[in-house]
Amino acid sequence: MAAVRVEEVLAAAEEQEAEKRRSVTVEKELELEFDLGNLLALDRNPPPAAGLRGAGPRREALLRALARDNTQLLVSRLWELPAERAGGAGGPLVARLPEPAFRLPREKPPPRPRPPTRWEQFARLKGIRRRKRTSLVWDEQAKEWRRRWGYRRAGGDPARAWLAEVPEGADPEEDQFARLRREKRERVARNELNRLRNLARAHRAGTAVPAAPLHPTGHQSREELSHVARVARVSTASLGRFQPRLPKESAEPPSRSGGKKQRFEPLLGNLAAERSRQLELLRDMGSKKPVLDITRAVNKQLRQEEAEAAAAKGKKQSQRGKRGRRQQRTGRSSKKSGARRQQQQQRPAGSSTGSGRRKKA
Amino acid sequence: MDALDRVVKPKTKRAKRFLEKREPKLKENTKNAMLIKGGNANLTVTEVLKDIYAVKKPFAVLYKKKNITRPFEDQTSLEFFSKKSDCSLFLFGSHNKKRPNNLIIGRMFDYHVLDMIELGIEKFVSLKDVKNSKCPEGTKPMLIFAGDMFDVNEEYRRLKSLLIDFFRGPSVPSIRLAGLEYVLHFTAVDGKIYMRSYKVLLKKSGCKIPRIELEEMGPSLDLVMRRTHLASDDLYKLSLKQPKALKPKKKKNISHDVFGTTYGRIHMQKQDLGKLQTRKMKGLKKRPAEKSAEDGGVSPKKSKSAS
Repeated sequence: MAAVRVEEVLAAAEEQEAEKRRSVTVEKELELEFDLGNLLALDRNPPPAAGLRGAGPRREALLRALARDNTQLLVSRLWELPAERAGGAGGPLVARLPEPAFRLPREKPPPRPRPPTRWEQFARLKGIRRRKRTSLVWDEQAKEWRRRWGYRRAGGDPARAWLAEVPEGADPEEDQFARLRREKRERVARNELNRLRNLARAHRAGTAVPAAPLHPTGHQSREELSHVARVARVSTASLGRFQPRLPKESAEPPSRSGGKKQRFEPLLGNLAAERSRQLELLRDMGSKKPVLDITRAVNKQLRQEEAEAAAAKGKKQSQRGKRGRRQQRTGRSSKKSGARRQQQQQRPAGSSTGSGRRKKA
Repeated sequence: MDALDRVVKPKTKRAKRFLEKREPKLKENTKNAMLIKGGNANLTVTEVLKDIYAVKKPFAVLYKKKNITRPFEDQTSLEFFSKKSDCSLFLFGSHNKKRPNNLIIGRMFDYHVLDMIELGIEKFVSLKDVKNSKCPEGTKPMLIFAGDMFDVNEEYRRLKSLLIDFFRGPSVPSIRLAGLEYVLHFTAVDGKIYMRSYKVLLKKSGCKIPRIELEEMGPSLDLVMRRTHLASDDLYKLSLKQPKALKPKKKKNISHDVFGTTYGRIHMQKQDLGKLQTRKMKGLKKRPAEKSAEDGGVSPKKSKSAS
């Protein structure tokens, strides 16, 4: 009899437990997916479309019921996480969240490691490792531990140094204090220059990655597109030499330096031209007249300066003057005179190297 | 653009901290959102932007003036704003006859537009219209997405990812269980998306897990998807890439079996068993006679048998 009673009691207790749990359980066709790190729940069950079509409070009630069920499931999961009391026994109950699982895109690309500085490269090459230095040094003069550098440093304040020895082989009249100050200034300037150079190198390395522009984004400028086309052409096994050209592309390959450097003529080419060039050179070397005519060069320079001054004046006037005048002035000052000026600049440079042809003055 | 690209050398500690906050990091900051009004934004759109700003405070910037831009045609002004204010999420509201009550929600990667989705607002109930108690500012909301459209359709999937990114809030290692007060529920049905916000009331139930009751609070929107501008697959994959340093390090030499016992593995060097220190037993100690015999190299037993 006691056994039966015990069974009844146990059954009753189970009934009660189930009753309690019923208020917090939710029945769903498909299980929800949870990402507790983001407090996220994804319900794949198709919602009751018929009920939601009609507008008004019925729809709101249905949506609210759906939300209540889903929230109940999410909160049950969150309550099952390992919880502890934060800040001692009386603090709030805090659950430890796992790492967020849902993959979201980053805000910025991951940081690139900065390139090593010149000293770091050298140290790596030589195998020099960083030695940890103590922050305090024993000062014999003051008989105590002082800082290595900074306020009250070990060697005494360098600004109050009252003695500066004249080194051997130095000028006795020279001001040693001034020399020390100058050398310190130079050291500081050199260090600053090297630091800026390292920064610039790191910045250049950081922005030199062509990966982003080579991705088609749909709004690229003309220069970017031509750069991308050029890179694509050169990325073949024969470096783009046998690549068929597009109808409007230029025929000759663009020089890598942009046509700035000198192009040397082939060694064994035109023999007659070479012979005449060498004879001209010998003639110029043998003649008593100077290769660079000073007066002529000076006159040219003066004429150039005058032209530039006139162009500047003309521009100023044209900004305030009438339209006709403006057209006339800009016609003179912009493109044509610019070309002429460039030619004039090139010619004295050419004549000074000695291989150019000389015209009679 | 040039001024922002040049290397700016900070002259004060404060400027240095400011620049360090904006540079790319291993573990990133919480994404900020910028809420912008278009050239002809009407009352509804302005109210929506103000409500979303209230939900997303302090990780949002609300621009008061109207900006005459068209995000779908020209993204440069958006990118400029993003660079200036260091915001990678944006919400642009506008209104015209062809697209009434328009909202463009989008995100950036490396200050360039990654994804943009245009949504139309069909119905809007604002925070002020619902006369219930509200939850405190800056509460991390719970996000629930209902509907199979969010998995089946590619655009809806991106929209889901965008909405999670937008409303997620800061990433926290632990959360106060009593503070779970706010829930945002998105339902995708019939080509429409219903966004509802509720305040969560935790009621006593018999067991440890509380019973949930919801109270309508906050902005509720009925949205319709219009145009989209989604990033290409490889750009999206590039943006998802996480640096290797963030991957959790695997603990080596530890294994678990089915019953929950943890096994560890220790690697030892080879031991010289002759020099092993055992317990000292006086009875087994070597007698001086035996010791000298061993030292000699010939044991007494062996010599006997030889003779």
